[in-house]
Amino acid sequence: MLNLLTGFVAELRTAGIPVSLTEHLDAAEALRHVPMEDREAIKYTLGASLVKSSTHWRTYETAFEIYFSLRGPDYRIAEDGDRADGRGEDGGENEEASLAGQGNRRGQGRGGGGGQEGMTPEELADLLYNALLGANSAMVAAVARQAVSRYAGMEAGRPVGGTYYLYRTLRNLDLDQVLDRLVEQARSATSSLNVDAPPEPGAPAATLTALEERLLRDEYQSRIDQLRKEIEDEIRRRLVADRGSEALAKSLRKPLPEDIDMMHATRDELVALRKSLQPLSRKLAVRLARKRRHGRKGSLDFRSTVRHSLSTGGVPVDPKFRYPRPSKPEIVVIADISGSVASFARFTLHLVHAISSQFSKVRSFVFIDGIDEVSRFFEGTDDPSEAVHRINTEADVIWVDGHSDYGHAFTVFWERWGEEITPRSSVLLLGDARNNYHASQAWVVKELQARARHVYWLNPEPRAYWNSGDSIVGEYAVHCDHVVEVRTLRQLEQFVGELA
Amino acid sequence: MSSVAEPTGTGRASDEITTGFPVAGPPRFDSIDAVRNGLADVQYLADDGISGVVFLADRLAKPVLVEGPAGTGKTELAKSVARLTGSRLIRLQCYEGLDESKALYEWNYKKQLLRIQADSGQAWQQLEEDIFSEEFLLTRPLLEAIKSTEPVVLLIDEVDRVELETEALLLEILSEYQVSIPELGTVRASQIPLVFLTSNNTRELSEALKRRCLYLHIDYPQLDRERAIIEARVPGISQALADQVARIVRSIRTLDLKKSPSVSETLDWARTLVVLGVESIDAEQAKDTLHILLKYRSDIDRAAKELVGVESPD
Repeated sequence: MLNLLTGFVAELRTAGIPVSLTEHLDAAEALRHVPMEDREAIKYTLGASLVKSSTHWRTYETAFEIYFSLRGPDYRIAEDGDRADGRGEDGGENEEASLAGQGNRRGQGRGGGGGQEGMTPEELADLLYNALLGANSAMVAAVARQAVSRYAGMEAGRPVGGTYYLYRTLRNLDLDQVLDRLVEQARSATSSLNVDAPPEPGAPAATLTALEERLLRDEYQSRIDQLRKEIEDEIRRRLVADRGSEALAKSLRKPLPEDIDMMHATRDELVALRKSLQPLSRKLAVRLARKRRHGRKGSLDFRSTVRHSLSTGGVPVDPKFRYPRPSKPEIVVIADISGSVASFARFTLHLVHAISSQFSKVRSFVFIDGIDEVSRFFEGTDDPSEAVHRINTEADVIWVDGHSDYGHAFTVFWERWGEEITPRSSVLLLGDARNNYHASQAWVVKELQARARHVYWLNPEPRAYWNSGDSIVGEYAVHCDHVVEVRTLRQLEQFVGELA
Repeated sequence: MSSVAEPTGTGRASDEITTGFPVAGPPRFDSIDAVRNGLADVQYLADDGISGVVFLADRLAKPVLVEGPAGTGKTELAKSVARLTGSRLIRLQCYEGLDESKALYEWNYKKQLLRIQADSGQAWQQLEEDIFSEEFLLTRPLLEAIKSTEPVVLLIDEVDRVELETEALLLEILSEYQVSIPELGTVRASQIPLVFLTSNNTRELSEALKRRCLYLHIDYPQLDRERAIIEARVPGISQALADQVARIVRSIRTLDLKKSPSVSETLDWARTLVVLGVESIDAEQAKDTLHILLKYRSDIDRAAKELVGVESPD
């Protein structure tokens, strides 16, 4: 067990969760106090002693499922239809009973190696439908297993992660349609009920109200999510059984939200990013406000010191300082929001505006090949994400063809707003500088640098890709005070923190 | 009964420190299930994670750092554990600017002054020893918890509100259950208190603090648990209504809101509905009472539109 724990801790560290030696020891100590056969208890025990941040929990959970996976003959891929007896772990009896109760003829497949063939797709779909309708979790789990056996087409020894199998299984189950069918069923059930018993005056309406329908839909949705999770677990269990924990951990490892590469984030990862953005910006704002209040002391106020020294006979016992009035920087954000870097621009705009109280003024511009000021979207709303949404739909950023043209956007910016850049402004340029071989017009950046306090370039691409292909970040870089690689939220937070 | 030793520390005390694990007293709980059932008896419905961590905190003699959205029962957990174990609850509410003299201890200057004036004939040596004795010490919550001879649950509430530097005050007490007072020596706990720290996550706590604690994240409860909580905490509510409330709240939490309704707000809402004599929530009632559940205008509008398909009244 200690060996397993050591491997597990090593995996957590590789995934980016900081686990100290003391925490490792604590975990080992804690394991002495919980029953070994209680998997859930072990999960929470290790979690409580090893993982100290809620954002790390998902990563931890994935690693845990891999390392402490249920193993047994029934999870082997090669003969996945043949789920022999001897399933002791999670209520196999129960599930069998419920299947029998549903009257599905699956008995003949059992033991004969033909469980898979024992059911037609229609039967499986029906079973799924009934399982979801009845909220029978044992049956949902059984359906998940069946579906994986049937649709995932898993091959032993193939070095892929589970996503592909998951996709195949879900596509065949068509859960959206199942959801519609469930809601439809509920709807007709209510109306038929009312047909049987004609409504008395004052009785509930004959059909589902909007509220009830919504609640039902959410209920089914959560059951379907449950099913999806079961399927995911099932696939992972089989993969672990096939390839072992270490190999799988590598391919399934989930990065922490703050380490996700913003340019190549999947849809789920983007959701995770968006979720962690809000607490992050709040923390950043609190930290900066504190730094401003405590960190600085004003210069010596000579006049006041002398004045107060009169009470001590002219000896300046108690030096007086000027009230600190740190100047807040003015921020001008100019962001490329074309497809490849859109999410990066959105996150940066969101973050900068979320802490806008730390700046005397924030103005934002977005461009693709045309440029538009979007500060107005952030005014009058206290929710940056809403403003960011409006940028996507309302900003006028297309000039000719909707391919990035930094040169043109910068020229237009200079002509229309260049006058408003003052020595108090810090200019942030956001983008990968992939200019589709248009003219760079780097002189604009040079002019900006001459006028503004600082010019920074934030590039969401890895440094190694800079100046390759149509990237011309180098041409702009010579005129910038600083060019930084900002691929993850962690880097973004760090940069913005230093800015304010 | 608190043992006051010299700062150098001898005997039993140094053994404790070298093992790295403070010696826990007799266990308060037999098993994880015992914790859960016990908490349920005092009307706190814990899930596996919560009861497991409380159990471990007792066995390992480690403090628990509880994080989670506001109003999910973090503080309530500490109170319930105190009720369950029959311990005294000592609470330290943290705020910005909290310092040693408010959290740990303070010398009673006035009394010391009086003592000095009372008989000035005494030798200074003698007097100094005298005025820096326990008699002149004002205990603040942390020291109070350590010195107490009866069982204690110490709740350090909203620890994220103190400055990073002030956190260091807590470290000694959290890991060794002792307080060092320069003039007096080290005060060690005669019993290990159960310590809960809560945080609303407004800032990252220091690694040193986190390392010393078990971590527990309390999230919004699952549907079943929330329903059970409503039934347990709202007297006179019918099962059907509790179920409906829990479902509506779950649906609202799936929306993208500024502030999702917390458990305490859900309970407030359920109580309101009971007081209003509502048996089953319809769209109209839901719309009219949404402001108990949600505290932002935009959130209320949104929930009203999504759930009942109407604009909320203005």
